[in-house]
Order: sequence, then C-alpha cells, then structure tokens
Amino acid sequence: MDPIIPILILAIPLCMFLVLGLFGNKMSHPIAGILGTAGMGVTMVLAYITAFTYFFSGAPQFIDGDVHLQNIVFNQDWLQFTDSLVIRLGFLLDPISALMLVVITTISFMVHLYSNGYMRDHHGVWETGFQRFYAFLSLFSFSMLGLVVATNIFQMYIFWELVGASSYLLIGFYYTKPSAVSASKKAFIVTRFADLGFLIGILILSFYTGTFNFTDLTSAPVAGMDGVYQVSGETAAGIRNIFQTSAAPIFMGGSVMTWALVLIFMGGMGKSAMLPLHIWLPDAMEGPTPVSALIHAATMVVAGVYLVARLFPLYLMEVTSLDIIVVVGALTALYAAIVACTQVDIKRVLAFSTISQIAFMMVSLGVARPEFHHGIGYMAGMFHLFTHAMFKALLFLCAGALIHAIGSNDYTDMHGLRKYMPVTHITFLIGCLAIAGIIPFAGFFSKDEILTACFGNSMVWYIWMSFVAGLTAFYMFRLYYLIFWWKEHKIHEGHHAPHDQPWTMTLPLVVLAAISCVAGFVPFGNLVTWNGHNMFDHVSFLTNLENLDWSVAVISLLVAVAAIALATVMYKKENPMPERMRRLMPNLWRWSRNRFYWDELYMFITHKIIFNLICRPIAWFDRHIIDGSMDGMAYLAQRASYAIRGLQSGNIQMYVWVYLIGALLLGAVTVICLI
Amino acid sequence: MDYSQFLAMKQEIGLLVVFLLVFLYDTFMPRRSQGGLSVFTIILFAVFTVWGFMPCMGSCADSAFAGMYVTSPVMMAIKGILNVGVLIVLIQANKWANSEIQIMRRGEFYELLLVTLFGMYLMISARHFLLFVIGLEAASLPLAAMVAFDKNHYESHEAAVKYILTAVFSSAIFMMGLSFVYGLTGSLYFSTIASVVALEETSAMLIVALAFVVAGVGFKLSLVPFHLWTADVYQGAPTSVTSYLSVISKGAAAFAFLVILTQVFGAVYSDIWEWMLYALVILTITVGNLFALRQTNMKRFLAFSSISQAGYIMLGVVACNAMGMASLMYYILVYVFSNLAAFGVIQAIENKTGKVGMADYNGLHKTNPWLSFTMMLAMFSLAGIPPFAGFFSKFFIFTGAIAQGSIAIYVLVLIALINTIVSLFYYLLVVKAMYINPEQPVVGAFRSACSERIGMWICVAGIIGLGIVSCFYDHLLELSGTFGLF
Repeated sequence: MDPIIPILILAIPLCMFLVLGLFGNKMSHPIAGILGTAGMGVTMVLAYITAFTYFFSGAPQFIDGDVHLQNIVFNQDWLQFTDSLVIRLGFLLDPISALMLVVITTISFMVHLYSNGYMRDHHGVWETGFQRFYAFLSLFSFSMLGLVVATNIFQMYIFWELVGASSYLLIGFYYTKPSAVSASKKAFIVTRFADLGFLIGILILSFYTGTFNFTDLTSAPVAGMDGVYQVSGETAAGIRNIFQTSAAPIFMGGSVMTWALVLIFMGGMGKSAMLPLHIWLPDAMEGPTPVSALIHAATMVVAGVYLVARLFPLYLMEVTSLDIIVVVGALTALYAAIVACTQVDIKRVLAFSTISQIAFMMVSLGVARPEFHHGIGYMAGMFHLFTHAMFKALLFLCAGALIHAIGSNDYTDMHGLRKYMPVTHITFLIGCLAIAGIIPFAGFFSKDEILTACFGNSMVWYIWMSFVAGLTAFYMFRLYYLIFWWKEHKIHEGHHAPHDQPWTMTLPLVVLAAISCVAGFVPFGNLVTWNGHNMFDHVSFLTNLENLDWSVAVISLLVAVAAIALATVMYKKENPMPERMRRLMPNLWRWSRNRFYWDELYMFITHKIIFNLICRPIAWFDRHIIDGSMDGMAYLAQRASYAIRGLQSGNIQMYVWVYLIGALLLGAVTVICLI
Repeated sequence: MDYSQFLAMKQEIGLLVVFLLVFLYDTFMPRRSQGGLSVFTIILFAVFTVWGFMPCMGSCADSAFAGMYVTSPVMMAIKGILNVGVLIVLIQANKWANSEIQIMRRGEFYELLLVTLFGMYLMISARHFLLFVIGLEAASLPLAAMVAFDKNHYESHEAAVKYILTAVFSSAIFMMGLSFVYGLTGSLYFSTIASVVALEETSAMLIVALAFVVAGVGFKLSLVPFHLWTADVYQGAPTSVTSYLSVISKGAAAFAFLVILTQVFGAVYSDIWEWMLYALVILTITVGNLFALRQTNMKRFLAFSSISQAGYIMLGVVACNAMGMASLMYYILVYVFSNLAAFGVIQAIENKTGKVGMADYNGLHKTNPWLSFTMMLAMFSLAGIPPFAGFFSKFFIFTGAIAQGSIAIYVLVLIALINTIVSLFYYLLVVKAMYINPEQPVVGAFRSACSERIGMWICVAGIIGLGIVSCFYDHLLELSGTFGLF
C-alpha cells in the first residue's frame, strides 16, 4: 500500500491541531468549525479507503488465502539507543487496527459535526474557546489514531500518554468551573498512576525479549502463528526460546512474564476504567458532552481493551493473566451496572453503563481460548467494541441534545420529553434497544457472541454476565422512561418548550442510529479474529444470524425482554413502585447511589494514609534538603558573582594583564604539576 | 606550480566568487539602483549555502599545496553549518543595514563579513601554521572594523579599540607559542610537528608553547581568563556584529581548536592539554555563569552566556573522540539557531525602540507575543530544556565527554551539570521578565520587519526541528568517524 494515505491519516488531524491551535483565535467561529469538521471528514474517507483496501482488496501483503496478515506500511527509526533498542514510529495494518481506524474516524467526524451545533447556545452565541475546542478534538483524534496504528509498544505508550493529555485538556475545557478542573486532574492522575504500571510492564517485557515490536512479540509465543505474521521463522523461534527460558524466573509467585503482562494490563485498567481505577470516568462527564461521546464512550476508554487484544497471543501464553482479566472485568461489569440503576445525572448513568460495557469486552477477551470456536471471545470483544462505540456515542449525543435543550443533566428536570423532541426520542430508543441486546439491533449480536464465549469458558461467568446483561437492559430503559415518559412537566409548556436541535446535531444522531440498526450484521468472524483466520466459509448478509448459538441467544433475549418489561412497569408512568423498591433494599440502594463509596475510600487512603505517612516526610526532605541545597547554591553563586565583579572593570590595561598572567599561569602550573 | 590545485578549495573559491560579485555590485551599480544590494547578497549567499550541501560537494576529501590545505566531508559539514548561521545573520541584519545611517556603507559591512568568513574557512582547513595564522588574522582584524561600524556611537568605537588591542596582543602570544613549537620541531606542518611531538620527551618548553597556543585561540573562543574583552565588545558593537561574533566566529574557532589540539598535539593529550582544558572549562563555565547572573543589559548578558556556552563546547574537545567531535559540531549547529533567535529578538526590539535593558522586557508577551515566544524558545534551548534542540546538544556533548571514561571527566561533567542549573536561573529570568513580572509593558506593540521575521522563523524552526528530528547527529557522528583523528 502506498504509504501516503496512512501518513495523511495521521498528518491531517495533527495539522488541524496546529492550525486551529495557533491561528484559531484569528478565525471566525464557523470557519474554525468547518475547517475542523472537513479535516476530520477527509481523514475519515482516507481511513475507510485504508480499511477497505486492507480487508477486501485481496492484495497478497494483506491476505493469504483466508488469513488476514499483519502489514507494516512504514516504520521510521526515531530514537536509537543501542543497536538493537530502537524506537520507531510506524503504521501497522492488521484487522484490529483497521477496525479501530474506522471506529475512531467515524465517531470523531460525527462529534466534530455535532459540536458545530452543540457548542453554541439557543441564540446562536458561540461558546468561548470554540476554536480551542476543535484544536483539542483534532489533537485527540491524532493521538488516538497514532495509538492504534503503533507498530511497537513504545510508540503506543507515547500516543497513550498523548491521548491522556488531550483527554485532560478536554475534560477541563470549562476551566473556569472548579468541578471540571478537579475532574480533569482526577482523570489525569488516576490514568497516569495506572500508566506507571504500564511503563514498568513495557520495560520488563522489552528487557526480557529485547524488542518493542508487536510483530516480533505476538508472532512467537504460540506455535503455528509464524505464517500469520510476517516475521521469519528464525526470529519467531528465537523469541519463543527467550520466553521459555528467560521469562521463567519466578517473582513473588508469578513468572516474570505474568508480572509484565499484568502490569501492562494495569495501564489498560486505568484507561478503560476497570475496578478499582474506574473513579475518574464518572467525573470526566464534566467535559462537554460531545467529548464524552468521543473519548469517554467510544475511543479512549477502549484503549485498554485494544491493548489486551494487541498483545493477546502473549496473554494466551500466560493463562493466569487472562484469568485475572476475567475476574477484574466481571466484577467491574456487575458493579457498574448496579450503580447505573440509581444515578440521577443522565450522563453518569451512561458513564457507568460504559464502564460496564467495556468490562464486557474485557471479560470476552479474558475468556477467549483458541480451543473454543476458534477463539470466539476475541472476535466477540472486538465486535462489541465496534457496536458499542456506535450506540454508546449515539446515546451520549442524544444526552447532549437533551442537556442542550433543557439546560440540566438530571432526568428529574426532563420527564415526558417524547412529544417535544421526537428525533432524539426515537434515536435514543434505538440506542437503548441496541445496548439492551434486542434482535436485530447491533448490541444483540455482539453481546450474544460474548455470552457464547463465556459459556464456553465456564458456567459461572456465563450466568454472571447474563445477569449483568439483564441489569443493562433494566437501567437503560429506566433511564429512557424517566427522560421521555414518567409524567408531563409543566415547565415544558409554552414559549420555551424544548425542541429538537439543528441539523448539525440531529444528523449525527440519525446516522449513528442507522448504523446501530445494521452494524450487527457485519460478518466479523471473517474480518477480525485472534489469528487472522476466517471463521466462516462463505459470507452473506445473514451470516451472523445463521451462525448464532440459538440456545444462548434465546435465553439472553428472554432476560433482556424481562428486564425491559420490569423497567416499563416501574417507570413508564409516575407510580410509587420505585419508592417501594428502594425501601425494600435500603442499604443496597444507598450504596449504589453513592457508588459504593469508592471515592470516599480513595479520599481516606490518599488523605489520611498516603499524605500523612508518605508525602509529609518526602515534602520535608524536598523543602529542607533539596530546596536547601539549591538555595545554598544560589546564595553561593550570588556571593561569588558579587565578589568577582571587579574583574570586569572596563579597563583595557587590566584585561591584557589578566590575559598575560592567565597564559603564563596556565603554562607554569602545568609545568609544575606534570614535570 | 600546478594551478589546478586551487580547484580543491571548492568552498573557498565559491565564497570568493560571492564576495567578488557583491563587491562588483556595490562598486559599479549606480547608487540609485542599490536598493537591491542586501537582497542580492542574501540570495547569493543562500544559493552558496545550498550549493555547499549538494551531494557532489560532500564526498570529496582532497588536499592542496603540499598538504597545507585539506578538505574533507567533516569540514564541508562544519563550513555548511557556519554558512547557515551567516545566512541568518545576513537576513537579520537587513533592517539595520538599510537604516538611514548605515545605508551608504552597508556594502562594506557585507564585504568585511564575507572576508572574515573566508579567514575562518582557512582556519578550519589549514594544515600548516602559516596558513592558519593568515586565516586567524583575516578572521580577526576586519572584525574590528565591523565592531566600530556604528559611527555615531561612542561605545562602538571604544569596543573596537578594546577588541583590536586584545586581538593584537593575543596574536602576539599565539605567534610566540608557534615560534617555540617551530624551535622544538623545526616545522610548521601539522603532521610533521605531530610526529616529532610524539617521539620527544615532554619538555617544559612544549608545555609553555601549548599554553600560549591555547591562549591565542582561547581569545577567539573567549575562554576564561582570556575573555575580558567579550562583554564590552559585545555590548558596544552593533547587534548584527555581536551575533556574528558570538556564533560564527566562536563556532569556527572551536572547530579549529579541536583540529589543532588533536592533529598537532594529539600525542600529548593525556600528558598536557587534557588538564589545561579541564581547568579552562571549569573556569569558563563557572565564571561566565557567575557574571551572567548580574547583568541587566541583554547584549552583555548574552555575552556572558556565550562565554559559558563556549565552555560547554570545549567539553567536545576535551572528550577527544569521534563522539566529542560530532557533538561539538552538533552543539555549534544548535547554538547557531538558539543564540541567533535571541539576538534576532534583541535586534528587532533595538531597531524599533533602541532599548536593550532586561527591564525593558517586562510584560513583553502582552504587547509582542511572538517575539516573547521566540525569545522564550531561545532561552529554553540555551538552558537545555527538553524537547528543544539545546537539550539534545548538551546531552550529546556530555555523553561524548563521558565516553572518554576517566574519573576526572566524570567530575568535570558533574561540575558542568551543576552549572547548567545556575544557568537555568538567569535564562529563566528573561522569561520571567517577559511573562510573569507584573509591571506595565515598556515596549509597545509593533510589527517587526519582514526580514527579521524570516530570520526568527528559521531559528524557531531550527530549535524545534532539531529537537524532534534525530538524524543530524547520527550523520555528523558518521562523518566524524571517517575523519580519522582519533
């Protein structure tokens, strides 16, 4: 493939960032908006071309028979530490990176378009910092694209951090609001903390394997993979050897490689908001809603899933680490689903729903084993990543439209909006059906595959995740009814009645809703699998339907329908049932409403323990010893500088004398010392 | 005599052609059409610079006049780096040269500048002390005229007098050292001297001779204690000349210094001059820093900053290996961009308002955000803050020095590192004045001239670009590996 298109995919968002960031203030608002949107549109088209070429062109470097190959489009040396340790910047094309290119650019373009309407009030007055907003969006898109196409783990780390930084900037976009500022700090610090583990994991991994490259790392571990990834059999054998010998040392009960992988997963836990590092994501909702749709629903938060998928063959080698991922994912999924049932702020509900759904993907990767249905869990995780990105972005953008119309985040201010905002209503309903897993919407298929994968692994996880899926349907429809039904609000009457938003905002809703309707029929088994092999012999529009495991599908459908029915009974009309439920389980309700007091726990640990016992002594050392020595140096330098000022008298005779004496002394001292 | 030998001196001949064309244009074009002189010179020199980087130039190693003159890819590279610097100086000087007072004499400015550059070329390429001295004098004496260029400023004259007196004195010392060397070895050829020095016992005379040679070149580099002229001259000279003095003249001298010490006295490296340089480097960096702390005039401040920078450059000489050479050249390259960016801003403000005090920079970012931004980048780069180019040049020069491996050099690098912290203080003082000090801005908002802006853009691009793109250092390292000095 001609490298010009991949280069443009990265270069256009970067240029947009520079142009909008440097010259944005000189542009009028519409021009900045149109420029950013158009740039992203071009990027999207290029990404589509790339993905299409990769999957369907049949070129020998991309596909070999029925196997999708990894292809490095370009790989530029960037920093060379030693002969073998090189950091490169490149562009890796394989099924998951092509998939991510499509997801990121699509959502990003929709969000760019949507923000043209969202970032101004009802009178058409633009938000302050509108251009800055678009600059940051472009920066984020660039970083995220760079992350997914990374050819080596270090490049991924660099972009990983860039993504974190741009997320920080966007969460804190309303920097005059103290809550936004503290939310952005929280997000940055928590994910940074997790990235520490990631970095240590990278260092351990590359220390033992001697390489950063994904192709080297993932080709070797499992026999039979050599042909899939284009590395020579020799390299592969060499690395496999390394894994078997040097990674064997046991450290605190796990092999070194397990530790490395778990630490790397810790980075993923931070970005993907897994328990117990999830606390930043709900607060991140302080950012503008389009940002939540792009970053905190569809792209950045799945980076952790992507990371695990990227290194999946390695994880497969150390099954212990996969088990850890399953446990973390399952706990997170249940926890977030329970919390989502009681939140009032609609964005928080969606945030916890996101956490729960990402945990689904994690579980799916964790339960994937090649023995069962060609590693269906891997495919299902990626499939769910794709469908979830579409319908969750849709839900967030709907929430944005509601917030924009009502001016509040709480459903208590909404109620009964279905007549006023029909487009938003219908698209939101489609999103809810998709996430609840109702046939034929997108979520049904992907969630069904995940449950099948769980079923193949262990009965416990299957029942557990089915229950969470039921909870998902329940809390989403609770939200839906409380926003659009429940009762008629008086304040909605009259002149200021809420209404649907301008076309820039409704068009993305409609497009994403349409995608959510049909995305489930994409034959993922033939596009994205853990080893590149196709799962189906022939493909048609109904492939996914034909290959369903109906026993699992029917049960999950029944669960979802039952949950929706329960939500309908409880929330469609104003009634005392929710209140009764609350009294029935007062403790559970209180814990759920307060998110199981995780934030308070963190507060306690950081303020009472870490600050007092660790930070204070360090601060003392810093203030007195380190600052003290610096102050001492500054004092000495000032004194010395004062003392010798006479040397520079401006007197030429003296200059020459100093010169001469200096030259003579230089000679004389050397003579005395050396002879 | 075989006159075709002259063809070996490709770059010198090229420069001579540029000089002659400028001279002819200045002399014979009617006064009225002389508006084009500056543009003509800049374009001509730009073409010459690009030509110097052509691949046909790069690969030729040659010598002429029985080995008095040599050229090789490394020398091409260092001359190319100097050319880039001179080009920026020419662009930045455009506004000043075309000001009402200077316009009649700007031709002389360009011609003198090109002649001194020619001298520097000879210093770099000479392999015989006679040719070297010619180069040294050609690079020194016309500079006095340039320093005195501001006819109406009494400081300019004073600076020129101080410069020429010190220069003459240092030349005398240098020659005296040379005569000792001649007396010891009976030759002025680098190679012959080197072979004799390698055989003989180390004598007191050789040490004294070496000390004098070091003092002579140390004058051009303004190493402490041969630096006292620097501040007065930098302050008094027109800013264009100051920037030329501080960057180009220094860069050429540093490279020539490296060549002399390694080519001629390489055999007595660990016996003699390693220790001399240790002392000089520590003195230079420290004293330069200590004086820079207290300055309130920007030009004087940069004079002391450039003294301490010269100390860092010397680390590349002390290392005495291919890495040291590569990092020295890289340091000069980065220094060209960083220092000229700073001088570009100073010049723009001086041309507009005549102000050069540090206090005049208070609140500059409110009125002139781009100028302050450029200045900030320059200061960050000079102080060595990543990811700007200055960080990498310092990093490489320290790495090169440490690769030499002795305990003493670790101590030396440690002292240099501590000094970078001190230097951070005064570099950031400027940034603080521009961005943080709450006083009302002294300098009003203005739009700097087109040429000044182009010059600053080039510098900013260099500072950021060299920090991100890594291939330059690798290339220089490759070239240095082929130099065969070590």
